[in-house]
Amino acid sequence: MAQTLAEKVWDAHVVRRAEGEPDLLYIDMHLTHEVTSPQAFDALRAAGRPVRRTDLTLATEDHNVPTVDIDKPIADPVSRAQIEALRSNTQEFGVPLYPLGSVEQGIVHVVGPQLGITQPGMTIVCGDSHTSTHGAFGALAFGIGTSEVEHVLATQTLPLRPFKTMAITVEGALPPGVGAKDLILAIIAKIGTGGGQGHVIEYRGEAIENLSMEGRMTLCNMSIEAGARAGMIAPDQVTFDYVEGRPHAPEGQQWEDAVSYWKTLATDSDATFDTEVVIDASTLSPFVTWGTNPGQGLPLSASVPSPDDATDENERVAIEQALTYMDLTPGTPLRDISVNTVFVGSCTNGRIEDLRAVAEVLNGRQVAEGIRMLVVPGSARVRLEAHAEGLDQVFLAAGAEWREAGCSMCLGMNPDTLAPGDRSASTSNRNFEGRQGPGGRTHLVSPDVAAATAVLGHLASPADLDPVQ
Amino acid sequence: MEKFVELTGRAAPLRRSNVDTDQIIPAEYLKRITRHGFEDGLFVNWRQDPDFVLNRPEYQGVSILVAGSDFGIGSSREHAVWALQDFGFKVVLSSRFGDIFRGNSGKAGLLTAQVDQSVIERLWQLTEADPSAQIVVNLETQQVICADLTAPFDVDPYVRWRLMEGLDDIGITLRYADEIAQFETRRPAFLPRSH
Ligand code: SF4
Repeated sequence: MAQTLAEKVWDAHVVRRAEGEPDLLYIDMHLTHEVTSPQAFDALRAAGRPVRRTDLTLATEDHNVPTVDIDKPIADPVSRAQIEALRSNTQEFGVPLYPLGSVEQGIVHVVGPQLGITQPGMTIVCGDSHTSTHGAFGALAFGIGTSEVEHVLATQTLPLRPFKTMAITVEGALPPGVGAKDLILAIIAKIGTGGGQGHVIEYRGEAIENLSMEGRMTLCNMSIEAGARAGMIAPDQVTFDYVEGRPHAPEGQQWEDAVSYWKTLATDSDATFDTEVVIDASTLSPFVTWGTNPGQGLPLSASVPSPDDATDENERVAIEQALTYMDLTPGTPLRDISVNTVFVGSCTNGRIEDLRAVAEVLNGRQVAEGIRMLVVPGSARVRLEAHAEGLDQVFLAAGAEWREAGCSMCLGMNPDTLAPGDRSASTSNRNFEGRQGPGGRTHLVSPDVAAATAVLGHLASPADLDPVQ
Repeated sequence: MEKFVELTGRAAPLRRSNVDTDQIIPAEYLKRITRHGFEDGLFVNWRQDPDFVLNRPEYQGVSILVAGSDFGIGSSREHAVWALQDFGFKVVLSSRFGDIFRGNSGKAGLLTAQVDQSVIERLWQLTEADPSAQIVVNLETQQVICADLTAPFDVDPYVRWRLMEGLDDIGITLRYADEIAQFETRRPAFLPRSH
C-alpha cells in the first residue's frame, strides 16, 4: 500500500501491534537534558529498574546553564542542584553526558544533528517539545513528558497511537530576503496553534527542497507551535551531504546500506494525507509576531490588528488579552514597534548559518543606542565555528554580547531574562506571556529581522537599512 | 496509580483559550528535581490578580477545570500536569488539548476530557451563576453531568482503561520484554549509538 514518509518510519519501528491497543514503538535514540529527567531517574531508582539501552541514550546540559563564566560554579543553587542531579544520574545509570565545558555541549536539538546522531528514518524522542527539529532529516522525532522519559529509559519503547498525517506543500520559490523562519511563522498564522493537532506534518515542495539543512531544522523545529507532534522532510542529497563524515555517521559499506535505505523513505507518489495545505512561497515576506502565541503573526509590512478584526468572540477576547499584555494599540504599523532587547539563539535559530546571517547584516553597522543584543550560539561547536569565521568579532564590534552555548533567553531559566516591561525581538520559538522573563514581551522574528531590528531599534528587515558606507 | 471511575466535584471556569504550559507553570519552577509540591507555581502570574478565578473564595476546593480551547499547548513539561494535580484538579475539560499535555495527563492520572465548545460555554455559565454547582464526570459512561446538562466526552480508550484500572504503563510494557529483545536483533547495523 502507498505510504507517506511518516508511515514508513512508523511501521519500521513497531515492536508489537494488537487490536484496540496503541502500537509499541521502538525508539532509536533518546536525548535527555537536566530539566525533564530527574523525576524519571528517581522513579527508575525507586523501582529498581536499569536504563535498558545506555548506548541509545545521550544527555547534555542546556536549559539551565549560564552563558557567561562557565568555568565558575553555577551561581543559582537551584539550577546547580538540577545540573548536579543530571551528572550523578547519568553516571549512576551509565548514560553518556556532554556537560558544560565539553566541546560537544549545547542545546540538545543542535547537538544531535551536529554529531551525526540524527539520521533519516530514525525514531528520536526527548523530554522536550522541540524534538520535532530532528524531523528535518526525515526522522520521526517528537517531544515526550517525564513519565514517557522514564518509560523509554526503562524499555526503549513507547506505547503510541499512530499520528495523523498532514502535507504542507510550499510551491514556488521564496523571494530574496525571506527564509525558513518567515515561512514557518506564516504557516502557523495560517493554520493556527492547534492546526496541526494530532498530526505529523510533512513539508514538501520546491521551496522546501531548496532549503539548507539549517533552514529545514528551523522549519521542523516550530511544527510544535502549529500544534503538531512532529514535522518531517524527506531525506535527499542535501540531507546525505550534511550527515556524511560526522562523528556518528555510518562509514564504508554501512554508509552505502544506510543511503540506499534512506532513499526508500520518501512518500509514495500515490500516498494520501489526512490533511493537505498548499502555500505559495512567492507571496511571502518577512514575518513577525505581534501577540502572545506563535499564531498571532503578520507580515512586517502590516499593522497591529484590532479585536474588531476577529471572526468570533473567543478570538476577539484572545486578541484583546494579547494586546493588553503586549501593550500595543491597534493600527500601529509593526515597523513602529520599538524594542530594547534583541535575542539571537535557541534551537530554532542558533546554528552557524543563523549566526552568519546576523553577522552579514551587522558587519560595518552598530547596534542602536539603548539596545541590548545577545548572541548565543546553539552549541559549543557552533561557537567554535563562529570564532573560526571571525563572526564573534563582528558581533562584538557592533556592540552585541557574545555568549557561551545554551538555551539562554529562549526561556529564561538561567540568568538571561527580560525584566518586566522589556520588549524583545527574538529568534526563538515562543512568544508566550512571561516566557523570556515575567512581564517580558516577545516578538518572534528571523535572524535577518533580529539583526536589522538591533541596528534600527524598531522592528525592521535588512531591506530597511541604509547601505554600509 | 489511583483508579479513576467517577468524580463528583465543583469546577472553576477558566475563560481563556490557548493556555500554554508556560502559563500553567513558568520555567522557573522547572528547576526543582522533586515530583510534588508544584501547586505554588500553578498559573502563578495570573494568580497575582486577586480577581483571578482560582483566587476567588467561591472556587476554593474545586477539582475540575473548565478551560477554553487548545489548553496545554506548548512545552512538553509534565510539571504542568503535576501542578494541576498538586493544586487539587482531577479533571480538565476543554474542546481541544495540546497533544503532549494530553499524553502526559494520561500517564500521570489527570483526566483530560474533550467536549464540544458548546458544552464548555454551558459549563462556564452554570459554574459562574452557581459556583457550588456539582459536576459529575463518569469515565465508565464517558459523560459529564451538571444540572440539566448531560454531555458525552472523548478520551482515548486505552488511556480510559488504564485510568479505570489504575495501571502502571511501564509494568504493562515490560510484559513484552521478549518482543522488544527480538526487535533489537533486527535493527540495521548502521544505526548510531551514543557510546
Ligand atoms: S532553545 Fe528554547 S525551545 Fe529550544 S530546547 Fe532550549 S528552551 Fe527549548
